[in-house]
Amino acid sequence: MFKKVLSIALAALMVLSLAAVFAGCDTATGDESMKVGFIYLHDENSTYDNNFLTAAKEACEKMGVEMINKTNIDESDACKEAALDLVDQGCDIVFADSFGHEDFMIEAAKANPEVQFLHATGTKAHTEKLDNFHNAFASIYEGRYLAGVAAGMKINEMIEEGKFTADEAKMGYVGAHPYAEVKSGYTSFYLGAKSVCPTVTMEVTFTGSWYDETLEKEAANKLISDGCVLISQHADSMGAPTACESAKVPNVSYNGSTVKACPNTFIVSSKINWAPYFEYAIQCVKDGKAIDTDWTGTLATGSVELTEVNEKAAAEGTQEAIDAAKADLEAGKISVFDTANFTVDGKALKSYKADVDSDPEFKGDTEVITDGVFEESKYRSAPYFDIDIDGITVIK
Amino acid sequence: MNSKTKNHEPLFHIAKRDTLPMYKSWAIRGLAILFALIVAGIVTMLLTGENPLKVYSTMVSGAFGSSRRIWSLLQSLAMLLCVSLAVTPAFKMRFWNIGAEGQVLIGGLATAGCMITLGDKIPNALLILVMIVASIVAGAIWALIPAFFKAKFNTNETLFTLMMNYVAIQLVSYFEMLWENPKGSSNIGIINQSTHAGWLPTIGNFEYLLNVLVVLGLTIFMYIYLKYSKHGYELTVVGESENTARYIGLNVKKVIMRTMLLSGAVCGIAGLLLVGGTNHTITTTTAGGRGFTAIMVSWLAKFNPIYMILTAFLIAFLEVGSGAISTVFGLNESFADIITGIILFFIIGCEFFINYKLHFRSRHKEVK
Repeated sequence: MFKKVLSIALAALMVLSLAAVFAGCDTATGDESMKVGFIYLHDENSTYDNNFLTAAKEACEKMGVEMINKTNIDESDACKEAALDLVDQGCDIVFADSFGHEDFMIEAAKANPEVQFLHATGTKAHTEKLDNFHNAFASIYEGRYLAGVAAGMKINEMIEEGKFTADEAKMGYVGAHPYAEVKSGYTSFYLGAKSVCPTVTMEVTFTGSWYDETLEKEAANKLISDGCVLISQHADSMGAPTACESAKVPNVSYNGSTVKACPNTFIVSSKINWAPYFEYAIQCVKDGKAIDTDWTGTLATGSVELTEVNEKAAAEGTQEAIDAAKADLEAGKISVFDTANFTVDGKALKSYKADVDSDPEFKGDTEVITDGVFEESKYRSAPYFDIDIDGITVIK
Repeated sequence: MNSKTKNHEPLFHIAKRDTLPMYKSWAIRGLAILFALIVAGIVTMLLTGENPLKVYSTMVSGAFGSSRRIWSLLQSLAMLLCVSLAVTPAFKMRFWNIGAEGQVLIGGLATAGCMITLGDKIPNALLILVMIVASIVAGAIWALIPAFFKAKFNTNETLFTLMMNYVAIQLVSYFEMLWENPKGSSNIGIINQSTHAGWLPTIGNFEYLLNVLVVLGLTIFMYIYLKYSKHGYELTVVGESENTARYIGLNVKKVIMRTMLLSGAVCGIAGLLLVGGTNHTITTTTAGGRGFTAIMVSWLAKFNPIYMILTAFLIAFLEVGSGAISTVFGLNESFADIITGIILFFIIGCEFFINYKLHFRSRHKEVK
């Protein structure tokens, strides 16, 4: 009985393999060009992953290299398997886009010293000290700051229209996790808004997930019912923007424009453009040069971008204000985390040891304030600003 | 037969078949797969314009294209089979344990807990022993709770086991926050990455061989347990009819609790293999839906552990193949899901034709 089962299974397998042989004839193209493999946590339905997918396509086309995408790869052994499979397929560079992929990429990097492994948002490259494992991020806090300026302009406009008083100006922010990347993001956003509207305050709530449309929507609605007059978010679904559109509350977005879904409330969005990094890394491998252990994209490298301002929702003069602030940032006239612009528990911040070499005890190890400026993304690419400053309330 | 009844004869009617001979039932299954491939092929051409043969060959090469891929497939198969073996005794007893997802997670959580808190504090062999015991006990307890309430208060086990899944997921996310690194990230990462403390040993250079062998052993054990042991017989009787079981003097409550204890323990082992032997970390998605897919694997195989190797292989193959389709053709994973759906539809549907027969209204009867 079992023999029969086995023979049928084997017969089915043979038919399939035969089909494979016939169909496989014309798949080998003999292209000798460089190959880059990409690993994504989700697929194009997530704004976060879609941002990487678009950049990967753009960079690979421009540099004339072959691209292999693996989407929906979990933050588990599956990531290591995917990376090793990409190596088997002849990739010279393997990239992974999600924070939780990092340890599995390190495992793959250790096993394949001849292949370059890149990881976005990770924190361990500078402590692992592997020649072929690299972290990258961008000074997105500058983008957030500029987006904050647009938010402040809108709030000023609403105050002038008499919708609320200057003291009632409160923004809401939907965060994913209480993690430095998120904290650095909302703090810079707040400081941008505060630079044009000094009385503004902000309420932050966390969903506990990077991607949960329902939770993000609920969180945004809760902030709106708490009296927040403008919402921004750092989470990867359309939850918060769509909640704002239905409640007619202005929204400053992230990862890309949401104007199509939210034509009446979308103001502007900051995003990281990953194409410059991909191009840089591909060029390094082509030239046989070492890739930076920690690479931080900036406004200057074209890594930090703002989308077009939606005139319908934004205050008058928003674009001009953004351009002016951007010019000042680039010229070094202003710094986002200038300690003169914020206080912690009513006091100015003079010194801060950040947990740059993240250890299990979260011990601060590096002094990050020099000449009155908190130097974000200098000692590693991933953000480490994790201070709760005055004016921002985190609600549980 | 008079003409009156003939006019009222329906176009077709359905009748239960006698048990078909082996070769016939497998011929029907073979045909079903063939039809599935044809229909999926047509759908592929209409929706994407891709050559369906190429799509199928991509699935095959995605699963068997290199020795790494074959091992990876064997690993997926082993993990799915392990959970399927776990749910089988409960299903055979007609106890709807849809809480395998949670039982696996709790087993994994116990494993991760041991690795984190005891790693480098006790000898590795002892640590692994503690992990094995902890995962089995945790999985068993998680399954015993609904079984106890079912046995004592006749609560609905479907709802109970389902809700226990959510409790398990919440517990895991709590511990994710407790054991996170860096601060605030809710990310545990690979546990003991530098010391490998508590990592299950690898046999030779084959990373997944241990998992495969353990599951193979479990398969044989479960086959013998269900088919030849007194326990296996008892739980089958309880499944067929509780009243009969009571009539012949079986302690039904005891059988329910004992069977669920086994079911949960095997889930615990799956958690152990996933955390200690594969991922070396835990997240809320560690069980990866296997607790639910296992139900299909178990039913398709009619609760026979040996057949389950085949059905688990089918599902694992379709999953790996789907991933390959989306990579090679740049198609969204939803398309791969459509193909998988069509194939499963035919395979599940063909069981109908194996058990029932369609009688069509005969035209020839009018001829005298």
